[in-house]
Amino acid sequence: MNLLIATFTIGCILSLLALGVFISFRIFAFPDITADGSVTLGASVAATLLVHHTSPPLASLAAFFAGMIAGACTGTLHTRFKINSLLSGILVMTALYSVNLHIMGKSNVALLSVTTLATQSERIGLKLAHGATSFGLAGWEVSVRDTSTLGAIALAVALTGILLYWFLRTNLGMAMRATGDNVQMIRALGVDDANMITFGLAISNGFVALSGALLAQYQGFADVGMGIGMVVWGLASVIIGEALVGTNQLGMTIIGAVMGSVLFRLLVAVALRWGLSPNDLKLITAVFVFCALIAPRFLRKKRLRSAHA
Amino acid sequence: MLEVQGVSKTFNPGTPNEVRSLRGVDLQLANGSWVIIIGTNGSGKSTLLNAVAGTFLVDEGNIRLAGRNVTQWPEHARAELIGRVFQNPFSGTSPSLTIQENLSLAARRGRSRGLGWGLKASLVARMRDEVAQLNMGLEDRLGNAIGSLSGGQRQALTLLMATWLRPELLLLDEHTAALDPKSADSVIALTEKVVARDKLTTLMVTHSMHQAASLGDRLIMMHRGQIIHDFKDAEKRRLRPDDLLGRFEEVRRAEQLDESAAQMLAEKYI
Repeated sequence: MNLLIATFTIGCILSLLALGVFISFRIFAFPDITADGSVTLGASVAATLLVHHTSPPLASLAAFFAGMIAGACTGTLHTRFKINSLLSGILVMTALYSVNLHIMGKSNVALLSVTTLATQSERIGLKLAHGATSFGLAGWEVSVRDTSTLGAIALAVALTGILLYWFLRTNLGMAMRATGDNVQMIRALGVDDANMITFGLAISNGFVALSGALLAQYQGFADVGMGIGMVVWGLASVIIGEALVGTNQLGMTIIGAVMGSVLFRLLVAVALRWGLSPNDLKLITAVFVFCALIAPRFLRKKRLRSAHA
Repeated sequence: MLEVQGVSKTFNPGTPNEVRSLRGVDLQLANGSWVIIIGTNGSGKSTLLNAVAGTFLVDEGNIRLAGRNVTQWPEHARAELIGRVFQNPFSGTSPSLTIQENLSLAARRGRSRGLGWGLKASLVARMRDEVAQLNMGLEDRLGNAIGSLSGGQRQALTLLMATWLRPELLLLDEHTAALDPKSADSVIALTEKVVARDKLTTLMVTHSMHQAASLGDRLIMMHRGQIIHDFKDAEKRRLRPDDLLGRFEEVRRAEQLDESAAQMLAEKYI
């Protein structure tokens, strides 16, 4: 049961990553590899600040802004210097590796005896439980600490999702969505698409970095290699989410991205439990995304063929 | 008021694909006039529209609009003054956004876009009225994505969007060319209504000789990046589709003459 709660918690944390990837991939159709670097950037900024006794919410916010800067760099490379979208992301991601090492001063930072958002929410949970450290849920013994962390992160994700939904329906947010949809039209309506893309990537990477910051606080360390493959992970979540909700209504796609992230984490946990080697995890993830990307075209072709027959 | 002075544009200069699309075009549009542009393929008529809209910056010349020199303005800045409808019905709207979201984007053309709520009740009420006047039954489907609409419906909405805030200049780039005849007729009827109602200064490119003869108060014909005919007022009113076809025939013959003369000279002297 505790394993299940841990799975849900990580799924929720990574759903912020999925929301970031949703913005870059789905709204702007921009394959933004920067995310691999900004996950770690968020984690290292937050961890370093926490070690220096900054308050956890403030450290997480700082991580968000650090991610925004990284995203803005990618956006600027692409829009102002006309560098290919993938290459812009790769350049910034590569640069971030050194930046992250500089921020942390070494290749990883432990947060074992430091106050984090995780320990804070555990403390609140314990207070609410009047000192009990576990309770029964459907016949299982459940730890109050783990549950309160999950509750806190679920609440945070819900708030973030609502905030994003609201933002994407403001004048600015709608212009952003239209920029990814039809550049010619949005220019004709007086929007500077270069600014929109830069700003959108900044927000996207802000979410990704926030996700990294929360992940570091939850698992108790930040590591320079923790971002590898995160873009593909986020993409997998978004794709699963789209399959789950089956519509492209804005609100539903946001909910879908969150659900997809949790479900994907669950699938991975089950696979690991069944004896999948953790070393194969990234390979499996990549193959999964490959299949998910070609499946729609494959199905359409098959349907066409059966329609002709 | 639009003033185009000596505008030239060459694409791919210095390469084998060099195209001199505009060669010193001069054009002045009085306020409220509706000018039709016709011309052969590659004559530069769409290029002229794009030069005015700011899709690219011109090599030479000046473009002034509403008393301002916009020659160096980027495309999105000129949008404050210009409403546009494109040839391709897919170009003017954002397919995954709803009808009302598209209209609300148009309601802030050229203005700042902040965190204000995009779909205010008063705005949606006005949308319902205006969309109802299109007689397409779309007023009850404002929440549908535009991607599900037909080309004619999209062009009608694009026209509505381009003129939602009164533009100083309306650019129509063969906006009915991709539509079936019936939809084209209804979009043209809507165009006439909107242009007359708001007394819009309009520049319209068309391939249809029928539209060219029946619409607007002035007609210019372009060929090889230059304006070769300019019919105004009474002269324009007398024009019939056959007259225009005759002018095209003249251009074609002159062209052939050029080519055969060149060939003759080449055979003799080279």
